[in-house]
Amino acid sequence: MEVFLQQLINGLTLGAIYGLIAIGYTMVYGIIGMINFAHGDIYMMGAFNALILFLILFGFGVSWVPLAIILVLIGTVAVTAAYGWTVERVAYRPLRGSTRLAPLISAIGMSIVLQNFVQLLQGARNKPLHSLIQGGITVFENEGFAVTVRYLQMGIVLVTVLLMVGFTFLITRTPLGRAQRATEQDKKMAALLGVNVDRTISLTFVIGAGLAGVAGLMVLLYYGQIDFYIGFLAGIKAFTAAVLGGIGSLPGAMVGGLLIGLIEVFWSGYFSVEYKDVATFAILVMVLIFRPTGLLGRPDLEKV
Amino acid sequence: MSAAVLAPLDYQKIAKGSIAAGILTLVLTGLIVGIETISSTGALTYETRFRAVFAAAIGVAIVYFLAELLKNGRPIVPLAGGVALIVVLGGLMWAHGAGYEVGDLLPFESPVVNWGILLVPASLVIRSIIVMVSGSRDEAQRRAGVRAAKFAQFYLRYVVVFSLILIALAVLLPFMPFADRRLVDVATLVLTYIMLGWGLNIVVGLAGLLDLGYVAFYAVGAYSYAMLSVNYGVSFWFALPIAGALAATFGVVLGFPVLRLRGDYLAIVTLGFGEMIRVIIINWWWFTGGPNGINKVVRPSFFGLDFERSAPEGVQTFSSFFGLEYSPNQRVFFLYFVILAFALLTNFFTLRIRKLPIGRAWEALREDETACRALGINPRNTKLTAFAIGAMFAGVAGSFFAARQGFVSPESFVFLESAVILAIVVLGGLGSQVGIVLAAVVLIGLPEFFRELQDYRMLAFGIGMVLIMIWRPGGLLAHRDPTIFLNKGKAAR
Repeated sequence: MEVFLQQLINGLTLGAIYGLIAIGYTMVYGIIGMINFAHGDIYMMGAFNALILFLILFGFGVSWVPLAIILVLIGTVAVTAAYGWTVERVAYRPLRGSTRLAPLISAIGMSIVLQNFVQLLQGARNKPLHSLIQGGITVFENEGFAVTVRYLQMGIVLVTVLLMVGFTFLITRTPLGRAQRATEQDKKMAALLGVNVDRTISLTFVIGAGLAGVAGLMVLLYYGQIDFYIGFLAGIKAFTAAVLGGIGSLPGAMVGGLLIGLIEVFWSGYFSVEYKDVATFAILVMVLIFRPTGLLGRPDLEKV
Repeated sequence: MSAAVLAPLDYQKIAKGSIAAGILTLVLTGLIVGIETISSTGALTYETRFRAVFAAAIGVAIVYFLAELLKNGRPIVPLAGGVALIVVLGGLMWAHGAGYEVGDLLPFESPVVNWGILLVPASLVIRSIIVMVSGSRDEAQRRAGVRAAKFAQFYLRYVVVFSLILIALAVLLPFMPFADRRLVDVATLVLTYIMLGWGLNIVVGLAGLLDLGYVAFYAVGAYSYAMLSVNYGVSFWFALPIAGALAATFGVVLGFPVLRLRGDYLAIVTLGFGEMIRVIIINWWWFTGGPNGINKVVRPSFFGLDFERSAPEGVQTFSSFFGLEYSPNQRVFFLYFVILAFALLTNFFTLRIRKLPIGRAWEALREDETACRALGINPRNTKLTAFAIGAMFAGVAGSFFAARQGFVSPESFVFLESAVILAIVVLGGLGSQVGIVLAAVVLIGLPEFFRELQDYRMLAFGIGMVLIMIWRPGGLLAHRDPTIFLNKGKAAR
């Protein structure tokens, strides 16, 4: 029971991070129907920029952790958002209106570029960061096994929830959200009605990348080490989460992310660490067999 | 010159844009380029290299400005600017090499990066000259379009001749005077990817199923032969059909539950399968050798004749049987011809099956699944055959890979391989068999000759992938081989 609770807490934290990355996938997929393969690497970029920002801040003597984290958060989100915008502008926009596979290949190319860019500039070795937020609350203790919620875990879940609320507000209540939903449904019609489609798509990438940047910062704080390759697996997991939840659906991305996080943690805890990725994909396949459009995805109408 | 009809330039807008581009570059590179983290013992330290950041920002701003001018049909300033940039950068590189102090101003430390950056103004200069020669940018584009259309027409008319010339060249390659062992080795590698590309083309190009885990079947083929050879001493030629059949079976088993999924769901599931097979290979160590892989896989023989220097008593080698002097090149050449034969077989199979009902059904399914269902085509079985046949060819290629290397390990079967094979198919122009050859030569062959670039090779590879895609969104040879069109304009997307 104690192990179960502890794993639940760990899984929720991991799931929150996956969910944040998954939103980027699902939004981009929803609006232009492409798999943005470079998204995982934008998240990696976020983690690296956060690390560098921390180093600079500590170098300048900013030692009060909350201030440092807030400054880093702002900086990271700004830089990753810029990356999201640039990647879309450079690699995807010229390909709008061509075949479905062209942007996919361009995205894979972009992912290779970003990975190797960082590897060349920062080296292939692990980059450690000492843990900034320590301690936690012990929920209860039983026969020597304490179930603790680390402050960091609470912070991650809290920030994710806040972002989700804000994000839902953005999509459902603001002009930008309306423009996004309109573009998602019918680009041409939206353009005719005065929606700046290119700008809306750009902003979608910016928002998705910003969220990935937050996720990158969280992972840096949570695991305390990063390397240039973390984007690949996290990207695949997050994309799996988006598909599991029903790609194109925002709550779906979050639910999918949480599920993937939980599956991974529980599988590692109760069965074997080696096969956790296999388990993730196996469950994805199972879900898709019974619900081909994911858990919360709308069944798409076949138009002739 | 038609300078009179050019629209007036909005210099303010262009200047604003170029400043914005420069600032964006600053934001993008400021941290990741400007600060180098150094993992020393215990803590992380950093060093700065802001010169590169500022150089990049200024360079981007200038190039943006020049490119914008060129876009608006003013080629003279970009030409001069491009030449100036080349002179400045080239001069600095020379000064740096010669040991002058000015050379320290060189923005980037690595000579590879400097040479790479030099390509940007060079392309600017070339494009300016093209625009100048044609009179205006529109004219240049129109001419390029006409040329491309003419070429496509020419190409389509003589595609058989082209293909025969290519095949003849491929057959004669090892006997050319310039062909050394290394060239033939690279050619063998390229041919392996051509075969994989042709195999995947059946799945992606013909049947329209996006498979991101094609490498899984390649792995199944490679491990099948490796294990059969090492554990049971089965020879390559006997193992080959078994490996192909096993890979095809895997294709069916994996495809069966998921082929009713829509395109992009299929993509992630196949990607998942690719990763799953790799993880299983790594962790099932007592069966597959784990991360260390399988060693000492027996090389293929020529009708029972080995390519060894000397053989045990009573057994003949290839060289002694034919009375030739022994040379290690014999095996290299032999392997080359083996994969050439396999690849051509794949190609021939694809070309023929497209004319058969099943091939027609694949293409029809790609275009419209609902219509196919209405016409009585069973989508699942049709897709499964495409999946299985594609997998089979990957399995055969995998066996060849294992036999050539004499060694297999899970490292050879990462997602990047799937991505590269898919890139070959798409960059070649979906459905174009010759395009795949071209793309494989560009993506696999070319980088092999730039081994000196080492770490920068993959970066250049990625940039190349993006650039080719933007330059030719339909692929290098962007045309669909004529199938049956009821309404030509509509069907040819």
